[in-house]
Amino acid sequence: MTKTLMYGNTAIGEAAIRAGCQCYFGYPITPQNELTEYMATHLSRRKGCAFVQAESEIAAINMVYGASLAGVRVMTSSSSPGISLKQEGISYLAACELPAVIVNMSRGGPGLGSISAAQSDYFQSTRGGGHGDYRTIVLAPSSVQELADLTHRAFDLADKYMIPVILLGDGMLGQMMEPIEFKHEAPRKLPIRERAVRGAKGRPSRIIKTFTSKPTEMEEINWSLFRRYQLIKKNETTFETYMVEDAELIIVAFGASARIAKGAIRNARAEGLKVGMLMPVTLWPFPYEKIKELGRDTKQFLVFEMNMGQMLEDVQLALEGKREISFYGRPGGVIPTPSEVLRVISRLYHQKGLKKAK
Amino acid sequence: MKKVYSRPKSLKKATFHYCPGCGHSIVHRLLCEVFDELKIQDRVIGIPPPGCSVFAYNYLDVDMAESAHGRGAAVATGIKRACPEALPFTYQGDGDIAAIGTAETIHAANRGEKITSIFINNAVYGMTGGQMAPTTLLEQTTTTSPYGRDAALEGYPIKLSEMLALVKGAAYIERVAVNSPANIKKAKKAIKKAFQTQIDDLGYSLVEILSPCPTNWKMSPIESWKWVDEVMSKEYPLGVIKDITGEKDAD
Repeated sequence: MTKTLMYGNTAIGEAAIRAGCQCYFGYPITPQNELTEYMATHLSRRKGCAFVQAESEIAAINMVYGASLAGVRVMTSSSSPGISLKQEGISYLAACELPAVIVNMSRGGPGLGSISAAQSDYFQSTRGGGHGDYRTIVLAPSSVQELADLTHRAFDLADKYMIPVILLGDGMLGQMMEPIEFKHEAPRKLPIRERAVRGAKGRPSRIIKTFTSKPTEMEEINWSLFRRYQLIKKNETTFETYMVEDAELIIVAFGASARIAKGAIRNARAEGLKVGMLMPVTLWPFPYEKIKELGRDTKQFLVFEMNMGQMLEDVQLALEGKREISFYGRPGGVIPTPSEVLRVISRLYHQKGLKKAK
Repeated sequence: MKKVYSRPKSLKKATFHYCPGCGHSIVHRLLCEVFDELKIQDRVIGIPPPGCSVFAYNYLDVDMAESAHGRGAAVATGIKRACPEALPFTYQGDGDIAAIGTAETIHAANRGEKITSIFINNAVYGMTGGQMAPTTLLEQTTTTSPYGRDAALEGYPIKLSEMLALVKGAAYIERVAVNSPANIKKAKKAIKKAFQTQIDDLGYSLVEILSPCPTNWKMSPIESWKWVDEVMSKEYPLGVIKDITGEKDAD
């Protein structure tokens, strides 16, 4: 297969179209505009497809809700402040069991924040984000290739579990160029959506809703969602490990941080420091079990994030206070270098008196 | 014997939960009569709002999906763009369409979305218990304008339909009322025309319906019908506000 040199943001757009995305609704915000522009160029005039630049992120996510009701594959994208606005719609999508792909090329916050890459939307992404008792699947790519691959997977997961899926990237991944290959062609047949509302032709009319005046009915909906979430946890928890077999110290990092940490680990290994990494690919469901298992052989953990320590809490939950966890974070849109992370690793390694390779 | 009146096919056999004298049940019936007459029951998709009429799906025998407060026009846009042969319509109250959903409504109209909005104007927030709406009249007392709406503090009753008439993508806008047999007949005609506008792909259509809410107005049904005539329709004059359907050809 030939490789194409693409920006992260445009790679998501191309991957989405190849995954059968028929509708895109968005609103401009930095640093993800190239994706919106790509969809305007490649989707707006395509037969059977639609692109709308909405009047707000709120309108965009509600258009997504409408298109998903009608049974098509649909996507929106934004960056942190815009994703906050979309939470209302994401809650409705989750409630009504409607699939959709929501891309967050996140940036520094809170507030208007900075337009540089950050990972401070971890809590918002992995804890539902909007009102009510729900989850969304959260995928965390760490390269342009993974942006493309996980975009495709996001559409499949959304349809499989009838759930909104968040692709949590960041401004750095979106703006960087890498050679990638698209492993998927547009599917000839998309899954048929049993509950789509497109007019009651030849069947009884259909109602998509959660509202009820009976709390017990709503409780039943919550239970039904919960059972699905349990299934997703069981089937879809995904992670990657890197040089963990003999590791004295394991770094836990996701997305761009994992990419940076990998560079630092390579150099640490060259100095004889036995460092490895666990990179969650799904942030929800989170690989608690795998981290717990790694904790049997490794005593020291370092969580590294581009925020003030959000995934850190999940690692703490996984290790149940039985292992020592250090944290290194750079919030606000500051992107640390591999050499900076290497210094953190070396200091920690020596402070804790960990064994070097012979 | 000739049958002159029967339950519309599109109206489910369910008893309305609405208060005595409420306009919703009349409008629901009119919608169903129009669906039957235009033979569009299998193409219509209803978007009811949060509020008393969220339960419209218990009565209208068409595909329906709930929407967040104010977002109806955006949801209908998504449906229409994904499924152009469908006929989505939003059913929205004054707070829904003229306060929280103003942006979605104006921009859907401006894009000339081929959707229809049924705008129930009863000058109060009904289900939440009679708070001030954007359409509440000056001096009208509500639970959040207990001293009467004062323009200096609470602003003026908003005229969304007139605002929308300035928007180029809006093809047909009419204000009607459901407070007398004559007005109800006109209301039905307007609803039918609004859906015909959508069927013909002519652009955005909206029917504003002055609709009594005796419970929150603290009036009897008869008094509330009179109030629509004597007070409300002075602020919100009935009639066609915009109609360019004759000037545009169907695509």
